[in-house]
This record gives sequence, structure tokens and C-alpha cells, in this order.
Amino acid sequence: MSGASLLRIREMVKKEFRQLLRDRRTRMVIFVSPLLQLLMFGYAVNTDIRDTATFVVDLDATAPSRRLIDAFVATGYFEVVGRSDRPADLVRALDHGDALVGIEIPRGFARDLTGDGTAVQIVVDGTESNSATIAQGYAQRIVRRFALERAAAAGTVLSGGVDLRTRAWYNPNLESRAYNVPAVIGVLIMLMCLLLTSLAVVRERELGTLDQLMVSPLSPGELMLSKTIPVAIVALFDLAAVSVLAIVWFRIPMVGSPLVLLPAALLYILAALAVGLLISTISRTQQEAFMSMFLFFQPSIILSGFFYPIDSMPRFFRWLTLGNPVRHFLEVVRAVFLKGAGFADLWPQYLSLAVLAVAVLWFAVVRFPKTMAG
Amino acid sequence: MNRTRLSAIARKEFLQIRRDPRSLYLAFILPILLLTLFGYAISFDIRNIRMAVLDQSQSAGSRELIESFESSGYFTIVGRLARVGDADRVLGDGSAKLVLVIPPTFAADLGSGRAAEVQLLLDGSDANTATIAQNYADAIVSRYSTDVILRGRTVTLPVRAESRVWYNETLESRNMIVPGLVAVIMSIIAAMLTALTIAREWERGTMEQLAATPVHRLEVVIGKLIPYVGIGLFDVAVATVLGLTVFRVPLRGDVLLLAVMTLLFLLGALGLGMFISAAMKSQMLATQVAMIATFLPALLLSGFIFSIATMPWVLKALSRVVPARYYVSVTKGIFLKGVGIDVLAVDGIAMVIFAAVGLGLAIRVFHKEIT
Repeated sequence: MSGASLLRIREMVKKEFRQLLRDRRTRMVIFVSPLLQLLMFGYAVNTDIRDTATFVVDLDATAPSRRLIDAFVATGYFEVVGRSDRPADLVRALDHGDALVGIEIPRGFARDLTGDGTAVQIVVDGTESNSATIAQGYAQRIVRRFALERAAAAGTVLSGGVDLRTRAWYNPNLESRAYNVPAVIGVLIMLMCLLLTSLAVVRERELGTLDQLMVSPLSPGELMLSKTIPVAIVALFDLAAVSVLAIVWFRIPMVGSPLVLLPAALLYILAALAVGLLISTISRTQQEAFMSMFLFFQPSIILSGFFYPIDSMPRFFRWLTLGNPVRHFLEVVRAVFLKGAGFADLWPQYLSLAVLAVAVLWFAVVRFPKTMAG
Repeated sequence: MNRTRLSAIARKEFLQIRRDPRSLYLAFILPILLLTLFGYAISFDIRNIRMAVLDQSQSAGSRELIESFESSGYFTIVGRLARVGDADRVLGDGSAKLVLVIPPTFAADLGSGRAAEVQLLLDGSDANTATIAQNYADAIVSRYSTDVILRGRTVTLPVRAESRVWYNETLESRNMIVPGLVAVIMSIIAAMLTALTIAREWERGTMEQLAATPVHRLEVVIGKLIPYVGIGLFDVAVATVLGLTVFRVPLRGDVLLLAVMTLLFLLGALGLGMFISAAMKSQMLATQVAMIATFLPALLLSGFIFSIATMPWVLKALSRVVPARYYVSVTKGIFLKGVGIDVLAVDGIAMVIFAAVGLGLAIRVFHKEIT
């Protein structure tokens, strides 16, 4: 690259920077909104099941029935939000969404417990299928333990069995936040890059300033570079800021080294910017660019493993995720944050990110002069 | 408000939409495409979790326990390990999400009536899958344990739990995703449609022309809104038909109620987009603000995926100003629960307030800018 070219790029980058940071509202979008979003979403993305709202209909109202309910509450997974002696109230509570679980203890529960045996009804709201599955599992276990205790108390000698001791590595308390917050970082960076680039070129065209740039001595390559460099710097800055917030505020441990994260972040940002520029060059109006950007962004989030495990997707979609830079970057951030992974563990992700970045960038570069010309 | 002027504005906006056909196609294709994609791709049903076993007992009992993990359908055994150190390796490189360790004393303990202990090592870095895997494993071991205790005895347990699932009997995650997804997709599409409409006029300099006409500001905002309400309603109708026919999601409630609620929701969401557009006056800025203010909140704070009940109170309060929250509750309520206006009245009122506030703000800001 010649000295003149470097000079042109430098001046253009300066101009782009000035344009980017001139407006107070844009500065808010760039610097304040990622931090606010991380704060918000860091608290929102919580999939721990605790204190599930539970409605109790105890038709027996005896000491054993109360003991069973206490056993539910004692686990911490269930919280009694309402009691009644009419089953209709249970239906109402679930219909209104006031409770997700209903427990109904039949009349004669205490009597049958020592006699022919009895059953309690557990009703779960299936519209939140994950919580429902987990709550159902807990309920089954609580009742089974209660039953074994009752049988033992009644004089049946029951001993032995199998105990399960669980230990979770990398995240001993299985806090969902430690898993989700690093992923939010990746999503926010992608969003920022797309927001700052996908309208950049089409905007100049709609406003007629692209013509002015065309008669300037800038080559298409130089123009692209000067559009991407300021955004890349801003994105790196944002990445650092939200990572620090995640570590300081949410106390997400960063076991690995930031130096391992950095090359992946650079490749990821490059890929994101390339996608944004490509959208900007193929769109004819800003409206179209906005929609195309969303058309890329939404699937890239859903197919990234952010909250839908990739392993349980059908084979075709698992394949598709390989072409998604977000997927690879999320694997890197999560591994660096939680497992302390190094270069040796993460080379497939680096390689994938590099291939994707180069491929999209190449496509955008090929496409770009045509846009300028026509 | 003058009917002639109102319809003139609506017609002008309609012509303008038609002149950008690629955006119009996108407005129709986006919801269909996204719904199809996610209806097939997304599944919360966690199955085939990769698992390794370290069986140091090698007894009939340990094989039986492993077999009950295998036959549950939740786990796929991807490796049988020989040494304790191997557990480290498979969890570290991610080839297994959990390792079941059965100690050498397992068979002896089981035979002597002492409680035998098995260990489960989980990859906690994927907390979501790990929590569910732990839950499944607990259930399997607990059932196995009960079987072992009661084996060869005549006693039965005095009480059992009969559990039933309501609204989504088969616990199919698709049934909860499709109605929620309609709400999330529509909240962003609505904002996307209107966020640029006024900013565009400013950028192109046509706003001054519009201001010079005798059209009232209320007529501009409402007139511009009409074509987009049409597009939005059409989108929801197509998404609903797609959900019912292709994904076989049940629609248990009243279709008319769904239509009315959808209209209310669209008015609010479109009004919000219009407000952003009038306040930002630049298409680029309006895009950024619309995306940040609508999409992620609709995805994360609406109760679509992450339960609002488990959020801290600040976010619970914040979720009250996310229109998608009410619409998610309406779509889930009408599609799956089959509840009526008596249950959904609160959500309906909230959406009326939204529509009023959104449109009111849009008209106010618009007026201030123009004078």
C-alpha cells in the first residue's frame, strides 16, 4: 500500500470517526447502550429454577398432608403462592398464570396412607416446557422420598438404595448467569457492528454523498477500509467495557486469559463488519438494509447456541450453525471465561472464524465496486 | 381529523411502500421465513445428552444402572472410561457433558443393604444443559434406588405422585415457541416498518413539503400508520395459519379475540416505531434505536424464553413497559390455554395504554419538530 493511499485512508478514518462521534445520540448508542443492555440482560437470562409459584389444594388438611407440603417447600424449588380447598381455584391460578404448579391432596389422604395407598395430583403448566419438565422431576422425587420415609416409619425395614452425589466442574453452583452473560457479550458485539455498518454505504447513496466520494481519489478498497476501521475500534472498546462489567458487576470469573480472547474477537468483529458492509452494498434503500440486517441477526442469534442447545437441533440446522460466526465466538468466550481454555483447545473456532471472516469480506469487496458504479 | 386528507396521506404512504418492493417483500417474507426456520430448528427438548461412564464396579448392578440411563432416551453414552483421569479429559474437551462414576464398592454396598454411592460429574460451563441433565439423572437414580429397595419385598409405597401437564400435554417445546415467536417477530417487524417512515421524509427533505400542506399532524401520523397496520395484520394471519397447519400448534381460544388483541398490540408497536422515527430524524439512528429498544427486550424480557417470575424486581418492573410481554401472554393464553377475555383483560388494557402512549408521543414529538 502506497504512502498516498495510507494518507487518504487516515484522513478518511478521521472523518468517519468525527461523523460517528459527533452526534450525542449516536454516542449514547455506541458507549452507553451496550453497558445498559448487559446489565439488563445479565439479570434477565436466568434459567435457574427456584421458588416456582405453586398453588396448593389440601382437601385432607391433616398432619401428614401438611408434612408433605412442607417437604415441597423445604427443597427451595417450590413456593406456595396460594391455598384453597376448592380444586376450581387451582384451575383459575394456572389459567391466570399466577401459579405454574398445582398440588392437590385428596380427601382421606392420611387414612389411605396407612391403608390401601394413595396418590397426590401434581399439575404443571406446560406452556413453559422446560420449567415444567424440571418441576415435574422434583415433585416426583419429593413424593418418592416422602413415601419411603412413611413406609420406614410404619415399621417396614427399608434400607440401602443408591445415592447420587453430583459435582459440577467449571461452575460449581450451576449458575446459569455464568453461562449466559459471556454469551450476551458476543451478541451485543455482533449487534453493535451490524448497527454501525449495515446502513453506512446505502445511506451515502440515498443521500447522494456517494457520488462525491466516487469523484474523490479514494479507491473502493480504501473506502471500505476507512468505513470499517473506526467501527472495529469502537467494537473492541465496547467488548473490553462489557467484559469488565461482566467480571466486576456480575462477578463472572474469567478463568482464561484475555489474550486468548483477543484474536478471536478481532476475527469475529471482522466477520461481523463484513456482513454489515455486504448488506449495505446490496441494499437499495436504508429500509431494506434494516430488514436484511434483521434477517441475518435473528437467525444468527437463535442458531448460535445462545439459549437453544445446538446438540438438540436437527442435523441440517447443526450443519447450518457451522457457518454462523456467532456460534464460534460464543464457544470461545464461554470456554475462556469458564474453562480457562487456551489456543490449543480453541484452534477449530479460530480457524472457522478466520475462514468465515475472509469469505464474507472477499464477497463484500467483490460486490462493493459494482455498488459504487451502479 | 378530515377523512379525505387522512386517506390521501394513507394513499401516499402506500404508494411509497410500493415503490420499494424489496422492502415490501421482506415485510411479508420475514415472518414466514423466521417462523419456518425456528419451528423446525428450535427445540428445548433436551435429549441425547452426551455422557461417559466410568464403571469401576463392573457388576450386574452397575450395568443395570447404566442401562437405565441409556434406555431413558435422555442420554447417549459416548464413552466408557477406564481411569479417573479420563473424566477430566472428556469434560475438558467437551466430548461429554457428564460422567457417571460407579465406585468399586458399589456391588458390595448394594448387596449388604448399605446405601451405595455413585457420583455424577457435570460440565457446569453449560449450566442450562447441566441443570437439566442433573435433573434427569436424579430422577433415573432415584427410581432405580426405589426399585432396589423394594426388590423382593411385598410392600408397595404408600403414596405416589400422579403428575399431569396442562395446556401443552406432550410438553412439546414447539407449542410454546410458535405463539411466543409470533409476538417477538411482530414487535420488531412493527417497529421496523414505521421507524424509518418519518426519518426518511426528513432526510429526503420532503418533510417541509408535507408541513406546507394543510394536513394536520394527527392526520399525518394516523394516515401513515394505516398501510402498516394492514401489513402487520396480514403477517400475523399468515404466521397463525402456518403455525396451525405446518406446526400443528393448537388454537384453543377465540380467533376474534386474538385479532382484536393483535390490532391493539400492533397500534402500540407501530406507534413506538413512529415515535422513534419522529424523534431521531435520521434513518440510521432510528434503526439503531428501534433495534435496541424493541428486539432484545422483546426476546429477553417478554417471558418468551426466560421466565419473568425468576427475574429481580427491577427487571420485573421493566418488563411491564415491554409491549411484547403482554402480547406473549395473550398468544400463549389464546393458543394453548384457551382462556378468554376474563383472564386476558389486564393484558388488553395494558396494550390499550401502550397504543395511546405510543401514538400520543409520536404525534407530540412530530408536532414539536415541525413547528
